[in-house]
Amino acid sequence: MASQYRMNLMVCTGTGCVSNKSLNIIDALNREIEANGLAEEVQVIPTGCNGFCANGPIIVVHPEEIFYQLVSEEDIPLLVEEHLLKGRPVQKLMYTPPETKNPVPTMSEIGFFKKQMLIVLSNRGIIDPENIDEYIARGGYKGAAKALTEMTPEQIIEEIKASGLRGRGGAGFPTGKKWEFCRNAKGDEKYIICNCDEGDPGAFMDRSVMESDPHEVLEGMVIGARAIGAKHGFIYLRDEYPLALERVLKAIDQATEYGLLGEDILGTGFDFTISVNRGAGAFVCGEETSLIGSLEGMVPEPRTRPPYPAVSGYKGSPTNINNVETWGNVPHIIARGAKWFSGIGTETSKGTKVFSLVGKVNNTGLVEVPMGIKLREIIYDIGGGIPDNKKLKAVQTGGPSGGCIPASLLDIPVDYESLKEIGSIMGSGGMIVMDEETCMVEVARYFLSFTLGESCGKCSPCREGTYHMHTILENITKGKGREEDIELLEKMGTLIKQTALCGLGNTAPNPVLTTIKHFRDEYEAHIRDKKCPAKVCKALITYTISKEKCTGCTLCAKNCPSKVITGERKAVHVIDQSGCIKCGICKSVCRFDAVEVE
Amino acid sequence: MKLKPEDLDKITERMRSSTALREGACRAKITVHMGTCGIATGARGILKAFLAKKEENRADDVLVTTSGCAGLCSHEPMATIQLEGEPPVKYAELTEEKVGRIFDEHVMGRKMVKELALAIGNERII
Repeated sequence: MASQYRMNLMVCTGTGCVSNKSLNIIDALNREIEANGLAEEVQVIPTGCNGFCANGPIIVVHPEEIFYQLVSEEDIPLLVEEHLLKGRPVQKLMYTPPETKNPVPTMSEIGFFKKQMLIVLSNRGIIDPENIDEYIARGGYKGAAKALTEMTPEQIIEEIKASGLRGRGGAGFPTGKKWEFCRNAKGDEKYIICNCDEGDPGAFMDRSVMESDPHEVLEGMVIGARAIGAKHGFIYLRDEYPLALERVLKAIDQATEYGLLGEDILGTGFDFTISVNRGAGAFVCGEETSLIGSLEGMVPEPRTRPPYPAVSGYKGSPTNINNVETWGNVPHIIARGAKWFSGIGTETSKGTKVFSLVGKVNNTGLVEVPMGIKLREIIYDIGGGIPDNKKLKAVQTGGPSGGCIPASLLDIPVDYESLKEIGSIMGSGGMIVMDEETCMVEVARYFLSFTLGESCGKCSPCREGTYHMHTILENITKGKGREEDIELLEKMGTLIKQTALCGLGNTAPNPVLTTIKHFRDEYEAHIRDKKCPAKVCKALITYTISKEKCTGCTLCAKNCPSKVITGERKAVHVIDQSGCIKCGICKSVCRFDAVEVE
Repeated sequence: MKLKPEDLDKITERMRSSTALREGACRAKITVHMGTCGIATGARGILKAFLAKKEENRADDVLVTTSGCAGLCSHEPMATIQLEGEPPVKYAELTEEKVGRIFDEHVMGRKMVKELALAIGNERII
């Protein structure tokens, strides 16, 4: 009776949920289902990332679409007996929004999911990514079939141009135009590449797409290859993504078996193969010319452009590189039409964008939203606001290449132009939320330390410039800032942006420049008053114990790792500043709020 | 097996049952009440009978699901049939023969089995 299950349990097996033992949950479910004689009625399906990573492991039960979160192996016997056998959904495993006490039973009623609009992630949590039939059942490979049987390469390119799709990897270059350059370039061999060397701290959009719907990317590449005239494509996959690697390799095997890759695809006479290359482990490999160098077996260093890869890329042949998410949009545009796609979004930014929403926000996870949505909607309606009722200070978009957007600009629409206007970028879609306890100078220093470490060293603006900017920032956070430092940082930042060889250097100063622009007062406080307003920079803060509040309970003294807190029992305690390492343990253990930071 | 474009539709067709289940798109929904009382009077057999009828008719757009006790424990096993756009109908004291008739006439034939029906509509929830 295998084809007629009455219930499907979709268990998230994205990297996040797997690390929270969702594979054990699948085993436990199958055990209990078998024990209760339900094996012919209920099917357990492993899916890709569901997006609501903060609350994993996640199970969604269809047909009712009941959403279970934070499920553990011990919950499974109860879940099977109550819900699967008796039809009574288990309340204690449902999501309860922080502001209410009532659990929300179904997925579509949860704020996190309600405001999202899914194109690239439309199959997440609904299909088994390791089963090509499930992808096909949801309309998969229909776009490729249409492109190969009904359209000329020129028509495909026109369709992508008309859709308004722009690169989702960061720069936002029109995809159709990029394809056209490569198609028109002279060369017998042409190549296409899928860039899945995702390296921004806190970003995991590409990994998630690869894990939850690898066929979508393969189908996009088949369509692109046909449009451009490529016979072979590469997927350049970050080496730290073993699950994505496993799934994409399986997907390539299945697609080849079905004749959707390889020779004579769908009987149309078109040949196209895909191979997967594991990344070389450096951030700069995400830059297209470095990536090509790495594919060729060279040291991954950027090359001067022009010539652009569209003219001279992999082994000197015309090459087209797009990001995972860009490829993922392509099948939908071809299957549903450019007009449908361009109806979503703003004047200049069409469709949706996937963001990994992380940092000081209640619902961390992966979200897909229409272009033009306000930052406020993402952070408050989808993200559920800031934990512990703290105030929002800034949002960082675009990772280490992006900028910090202050809370006062929360109502700007999220599109390529608006973000650029305020000094940030869309980037590949990292979105880090920061609360009032974040020091913006320290944030700028952190991001710059990342790009500094990842600079390949080929050009001096990036190699030397980021190093000196980082030294200045470090001095400021240590209370050794000089009055002229802010102007110097601005001057150097602008210069590096103009002169660095590739995107890494061109964007590295962004976090510094935007924090100076929007949070100049914090820089001034560090330099002039030797104070860190957010009370983060250790050199600029002191811990003291309030005479009024201290009860002499001795807890702080017992926990102090440096043993510099002294005081008799039931008498006021004192911190010896000379030995204090400012770890903050005394403050976190004090039950009377007696430890003050200044 | 190498596919031709038209084979994509065949796979979609073959998978229709699970697609419908996950998308919640259905023409009719059968809910078998599986409280302790329902289970004690044989609701499991009723559920299996509905599933067998669904399989037999290849009725991919019919959902068979379960819920808790309907409140009328002395008349279990019970099931509720809801056709799209129509009020739900409750059937009580079900047997496998009754399930066969209800499935054929009500679910497939879209005509309520009057003499077996207990009530139409839901209780009001205040």
